[in-house]
Amino acid sequence: MATELTRLSAAQIAAAVASGEASAVEVTQAHLNRIVALEPDVHAFLHVAGPEALAAAEDVDRKRAAGELLGPLAGVPLALKDVLATKDMPTTCGSKILQGWQPPYDATITQRLRAAGVIILGKTNMDEFAMGSSTENSAFGPSRNPWNLSRVPGGSSGGSSAAVAAYEAPLGIGTDTGGSIRQPAAVCGIVGMKPTYGGSSRYGLVAFASSLDTPGPLARTVLDAALLHEAISGHDWRDSTSVDAPVPPVVAAARQADVSGLRIGVVAEFSGEGYQAGVLARFNESVELLESLGAKVIEVSCPHFTYALPAYYLIAPSEASSNLARFDAMRYGLRVGDDGVASAEEVMSVTRAAGFGPEVKRRIMLGTYALSSGYYDAYYGKAQQVRTLISRDFDAAFEQVDVLISPTTPTTAFPIGERVDDPMAMYLADLCTIPSDLAGNAAISVPCGLAPEDGLPVGLQVMAPALADDRTYRVAAALETALEQRWGGPLLAQAKGLGE
Amino acid sequence: MSITRDEVAHLARLSRLALSDAELDHFAGQLDQIIGAVARVQEVAAEGIPPMTHAVPVNNVFRDDVEVPCLTPEQALAAAPATEQARFRVPRILTEE
Amino acid sequence: MSLTELVPYDEALSRYEPVIGLETHVELGTTTKMFCGCRIEFGAPPNTSVCPVCLGLPGSLPVTNRAAIEYTIKIGLALNCTIATWCRFARKNYFYPDMPKDFQISQYDEPLCTDGYLDVTVEGQSFRIGIERVHLEEDTGKTLHVGGATGRIHGAEYSLVDYNRAGIPLVEVVTKPVTGTGSLAPLVARAYVTELRDLLQALGVSDVRMEEGSLRSDVNTSLAPIGAAEWGKRTETKNVNSLRSVERAVRFEIERQAGVLDAGGRVVQETRHFHEENGTTTSGRSKEEAQDYRYFPEPDLVPIAPPPDWVASLRAALPELPAARRARLQSEWGFSGQEMTWVVNADAVDLVASTVAAGASPADARKWWLGELAMHANKSGVELSSLPVTPADVARVAELVKAGTLNDKLARQVLAAVLAGEGSPDDVVAARGLAVVSDDGALTEAVDAAIAANPDIAARIRDGKTAAAGALVGEVMKATRGRADANRARELILERLS
Repeated sequence: MATELTRLSAAQIAAAVASGEASAVEVTQAHLNRIVALEPDVHAFLHVAGPEALAAAEDVDRKRAAGELLGPLAGVPLALKDVLATKDMPTTCGSKILQGWQPPYDATITQRLRAAGVIILGKTNMDEFAMGSSTENSAFGPSRNPWNLSRVPGGSSGGSSAAVAAYEAPLGIGTDTGGSIRQPAAVCGIVGMKPTYGGSSRYGLVAFASSLDTPGPLARTVLDAALLHEAISGHDWRDSTSVDAPVPPVVAAARQADVSGLRIGVVAEFSGEGYQAGVLARFNESVELLESLGAKVIEVSCPHFTYALPAYYLIAPSEASSNLARFDAMRYGLRVGDDGVASAEEVMSVTRAAGFGPEVKRRIMLGTYALSSGYYDAYYGKAQQVRTLISRDFDAAFEQVDVLISPTTPTTAFPIGERVDDPMAMYLADLCTIPSDLAGNAAISVPCGLAPEDGLPVGLQVMAPALADDRTYRVAAALETALEQRWGGPLLAQAKGLGE
Repeated sequence: MSITRDEVAHLARLSRLALSDAELDHFAGQLDQIIGAVARVQEVAAEGIPPMTHAVPVNNVFRDDVEVPCLTPEQALAAAPATEQARFRVPRILTEE
Repeated sequence: MSLTELVPYDEALSRYEPVIGLETHVELGTTTKMFCGCRIEFGAPPNTSVCPVCLGLPGSLPVTNRAAIEYTIKIGLALNCTIATWCRFARKNYFYPDMPKDFQISQYDEPLCTDGYLDVTVEGQSFRIGIERVHLEEDTGKTLHVGGATGRIHGAEYSLVDYNRAGIPLVEVVTKPVTGTGSLAPLVARAYVTELRDLLQALGVSDVRMEEGSLRSDVNTSLAPIGAAEWGKRTETKNVNSLRSVERAVRFEIERQAGVLDAGGRVVQETRHFHEENGTTTSGRSKEEAQDYRYFPEPDLVPIAPPPDWVASLRAALPELPAARRARLQSEWGFSGQEMTWVVNADAVDLVASTVAAGASPADARKWWLGELAMHANKSGVELSSLPVTPADVARVAELVKAGTLNDKLARQVLAAVLAGEGSPDDVVAARGLAVVSDDGALTEAVDAAIAANPDIAARIRDGKTAAAGALVGEVMKATRGRADANRARELILERLS
């Protein structure tokens, strides 16, 4: 029974808890057991909150027993990225500088998850301050891809993605700044959604790049992702950039799973050199499949997308250099070198040198450079103009089509260690995901098969206009249904080496 | 477009990062490569194009001037590396702002 | 530090022309902070009015206080500024322990209000002070330096930070360079800050307590030879925290810079610190590298685009401003232009108004505040309003004089005693027995004694030389230590000797 519970989808678990077929405590315990068994291999979690999770599960069971109405995800366990504030668990952002820090408050997402009766199993590993595409930039060691433990799980939300793919949790929360939900989802063979910017609250999300950061769901099915999307979304007065509009009908769209008559644009710029053959093969098959389901597919050119990567690597580090200034050893976190003689300035510098990893240091210095007087217009200012042009490319494209699609990543999961000291190679992992971050629109990654050359999962990305998040679910769900029919089951069923 | 080691040392100082000489050497090479790559944005013809600083085009998001409960001093100071007299104790400050 | 010979003020102004400028920071009197809902409370115990937002905790986000925007727009309107139709907050990046995020949310090239003016009058001359900008930002925490010299940053062993003040809305009002003031520069600077303070008070946007730091000015001063084509290098004297200090800081900088220039030196463009105790300024640290604040638009906040009808309604609701109020009061009080100017220059408009409201005649109120009390303030080097005497006290003294209970001499003693902390005027009168003695019983005794002691004067009065009675009245006053009602004493003397 215990193993079976971890194989259920979030929707199935919620139904079982609601009907009394399984208690939330049983469900939670089953996942905690699986975590104990798999963590030595996967290392998805930085902190497992067993007692807190069981207490939350008991609370759900008590409410059910009392006849209270339960939400659609009550009793469902979840893996929370360690970038969201939790007042009963540490929040480290994968950084030594925040090791042991326990916030005195909950992020809005955390609050909403608790209110929905979702069981937070613990905090998951990530690239330090969400900077990276592999979790290798975590100060606490990398997570491993459940499909192949010598490969990265992607990043920065690699811990949450690996946990979901390894059946340690049916749901995960990630955050996406340049692709940090979609890219790890793609390489772990799961569903990952970046909502419209402002659709999900950033309050309590430790900022990397404020104008880009977006929390969103990770799940094994499109419907589960939609259920979680709905549970965490909606206006939050604590976040000035939060969208004050109704949440798009994502759950209905995921159930609709129908693309007939939909106009789908294939982004011309995202193929060719640098793309793994197996990735393109699976992507092209999916395009044909969508066409066979009644979608009208055309090729669309977005000429400025090729400048998205350089624009992103100016905008995100610039904001990060400012956002990460507060880690100065004065009020919380690590303090190094305070010998009673060293000045505050020296203690700040020594602590930051000791507490931040190399990628964070690189980006802080890069951002400081891009914002410096004399360079601002040529770098940060210019990047913001390019951002406008990319957004206009999207606008033009969405006049012709309802959604855009592309591979989520140019390659499948790469070997641990391969790109760790080659930042430029690492940055290429986010080539296809960055434009939606810059424009702030909605984008999802859905599994579309395995690359024949390495047997690793490939993701297909669906992008929709801002606040039309439901369209991405429609396409992703239709594709998921059709592909699973072809495969005879979910893609993850084909994964080996999951410690069965 | 390239960046010198001295400039990287200046950036490190501005960013409050006490880097060793070896780190400076290493980062100087990498930053030079990265800056060379991101400088590609300068190829884009963007005259008259407004900069995009926010993904959501809204103005005037305000809150009412109404009190919200604060933290207790204990909560506020709980994570501090050092405290004294209910204040955050920090190393001596050499410069006035 | 090289000591420069100061040049006497008048001599300095005979050769040099000053240009001044002021940057004034005002803490707004909103209920809560700029970007979070923490209550603003002066003097609260340390770190009791803080939350994740104003402590800059990771993950926290700012949300703009609507009232702070309204207050700033009101200030801009009262200063005849243009209100921006679209503007943004920007981050000013620099590391400092009193700044929780190590950047300050401020405004950079898009301030909320620009290009206004404020008129001030000094010695009968009117000066229009141009306002460059009015912008909004957040205040920093407060630092206590421990060890070393008393509370000073230099030589301290470590510091203690209280973030209660962090995040309080702070408006910065920046003037354009003020030229053509000549030797009146220090007075113009003072008059400007006074007028600005009164305006802020009238608007009800700040409690403008300079001594508590809710209004603080940075004073820029430069000197150039009279007739020179270019202005001199300016110094910025930081945190000048009283009206008197504003005047003194400008005056000192003129004397000092003239000394530097006379000696063939160059004035260094730098930050200077003002010392209340001796009225001098000293050089702040000259920064080894120019600050690069790396301003960029604050991504956590959306732009501010005040709708025209909002601005119009704020404009319509502006209260009577100080200049209009002064004109009204002058006419109500029946003061001459000169009399009103004295009151204004003594910073006594509110004091006189409150004293009149407490029942005194305008002339009496003016007389006491600008006479006896101004003398006391001057002697102890404090502002008139800081004297420990209330308008109600002054009105009561005036009332006691009018009723004949006190004469002017006694009234001065009563005020001195009130200032010395001996209680209210009535307390002092009672405790010291200072009331004029007009009681016939007590007076008769003194009168009889005076007559007995001066038989020849008494004889002259009996002979009809009533003018001689004055000498006996003097004796009576002496005997009663000034408390006698002189008129009644005279009547009694004449009665006895008729």
